[in-house]
Amino acid sequence: MRFKLTEEHEMIRDMVRDFAKNEVEPTAAKRDEEQKFDRAIFDKMAELGLAGIPWPEEYGGIGSDYLAYCIAVEELSRVDASVGVMLSAHTSLGGWPVYKFGNEEQKQKYLRPMAQGEKIGAYCLTEPGSGSDAGGMRTTARLEGDHYILNGSKIFITNGGVADIYVVFASTDQSQKTRGITAFIVESDFLGFSVGKKENKLGIRSSPTTEIIFDECKVPVENVLGKIGEGFKIAMMTLDGGRNGIAAQALGIAQGALDAATNYAKDRVQFGKPIAEQQGIGFKLADMATNIEAARLLTYQAAWLESEGLPYGKESAMSKLFAGDTAMKVTTEAVQIFGGYGYTKDYPVERYMRDAKITQIYEGTQEIQRLVISRMLTK
Amino acid sequence: MNIFVIMKRTFDTEEKINIKGGKVSGDGAAFIINPYDEYAIEEALKLKEEHGGEVTVITVGEEESEKELRTALAMGADKAVLISDEDLENADQFSTATILAGYLKDKAVDIVLAGNVTVDGGSGQVGLRLAEELGISGVTMITKLTVNGETATIERDLEGDLEIVEVSLPLLVTCQQGLNEPRYPSLPGIMKAKKKPFETLELDDLDLDEDDVQAKIKSVEIFLPPVKAAGKVLKGELSQQVNELISLLKTEAKVI
Repeated sequence: MRFKLTEEHEMIRDMVRDFAKNEVEPTAAKRDEEQKFDRAIFDKMAELGLAGIPWPEEYGGIGSDYLAYCIAVEELSRVDASVGVMLSAHTSLGGWPVYKFGNEEQKQKYLRPMAQGEKIGAYCLTEPGSGSDAGGMRTTARLEGDHYILNGSKIFITNGGVADIYVVFASTDQSQKTRGITAFIVESDFLGFSVGKKENKLGIRSSPTTEIIFDECKVPVENVLGKIGEGFKIAMMTLDGGRNGIAAQALGIAQGALDAATNYAKDRVQFGKPIAEQQGIGFKLADMATNIEAARLLTYQAAWLESEGLPYGKESAMSKLFAGDTAMKVTTEAVQIFGGYGYTKDYPVERYMRDAKITQIYEGTQEIQRLVISRMLTK
Repeated sequence: MNIFVIMKRTFDTEEKINIKGGKVSGDGAAFIINPYDEYAIEEALKLKEEHGGEVTVITVGEEESEKELRTALAMGADKAVLISDEDLENADQFSTATILAGYLKDKAVDIVLAGNVTVDGGSGQVGLRLAEELGISGVTMITKLTVNGETATIERDLEGDLEIVEVSLPLLVTCQQGLNEPRYPSLPGIMKAKKKPFETLELDDLDLDEDDVQAKIKSVEIFLPPVKAAGKVLKGELSQQVNELISLLKTEAKVI
């Protein structure tokens, strides 16, 4: 058993950490305030190869692995969770299903430009009436000649409006319920595709979350991803891996909050000594660090399993559950350590706390993670 | 062009320095490429992009320096050389320059780039000593470099003033902030770095003896700068305060 990252992973971490500090962090608070997505940041990430970390070179990727990808999401989220989730949704939700279920033409046409960062990817599953119960979706696709016609609307779509390629789930046969769901690759300039309401969110405010509307949207039959009726399986398998990206995001948020709180506690003097040396605060920091380390081990383990081609569904659910809860706990404590200052926008910990909450909700709520884990234990 | 960069692994500039047993302790510290050496690497890569050729990065140092050399390879350098100085009990700028010269003396050198200074030792001597050993021109603190055939036009930063010099190759330069914006190592670069040539040498391989490179400098004592004391606030009537200030400047600060 080895707990040491390879030199390559270390170098990727150092590079992304440097990049995040210099290119992402300086504008993070302002972009959060203004809910502003900055494509220029993604373009710079793409230049460095961050847009296609786990995909093979033949599809325009880097040929690295899921652990390297998780490390990148972690380091970006350490300064800005919005940028972290942008990469996570692009890679795990946009790219992954095309890589796993796409045919050669689809991979060349859609995965390659995503891997090279010319195009941004997104994933459309959730609907107003179907969240955790994804099988209850209302969006339909009917075959007309050599096209499927999509009708319906999807909500809470990460990278909505800024993405160019959307993996969309719709029912091709409503009588079949989950077995009637099919996955499609939809380009943002297809006729009948439009971007609806943009959400005004508590956190990850510079990551756009929108409604996506399909109104008689024409999708060529060659854009069916996987087999007809295989969509629900594709959606669930995509989330298995996506969860690990969210675990990495949560981990990064928690680490960023701990770093800020530790530095503050070392400098802030009350009752004649730094508050870090007062046990009440020192013990808080110890608990935060311990939880983060446990979350990191779970997250890296799940990423490693996926990289090795081993089953990882249970572990990725565990990593997301634990890292998400850790992020919420740690950021709340970080605000506490900053006291009144932490409650203001003069320090980044309030942003971390707002950003952390979503990691307990999206890509499967914490309750759904427990359901996934318990079913795997008892099956 | 045959381009060489001499570089060093140093403390991360954000690290707090601790002294243990009369030596700076590296325990648990983060290390980086000396920031000024990053300018040298970037400039070397730009020269290669413009003129073709090969960039070799060289470190004299401990085994752990491999990581920083690999980072330089990931940025785009072609070859790395790590010359171990772990046998040396005492090494100084003379030792490092002599070892580097031992390696470079029979190479076809067009240009050697170095950092202006390292952020740890801070002597700023190794570059110029090496130029001297190799018998080539040395230009320090450069902020612009243009190579045209056998000559180079260089701008130097002279603490606010600018000096423009023209010099012929082969040449050694030391690089100052402002010369360029070092690139990040890209992911493809990182993936390729582990497959690039990496040579590890001992003093023996350079026909050097420990005696040839013994330090000329003896370090007598190492200590941290004194902790800055809190300021003094004078109170009372203004005229009283002025008198007190003058007397303090005379007796305590001893500046007048």
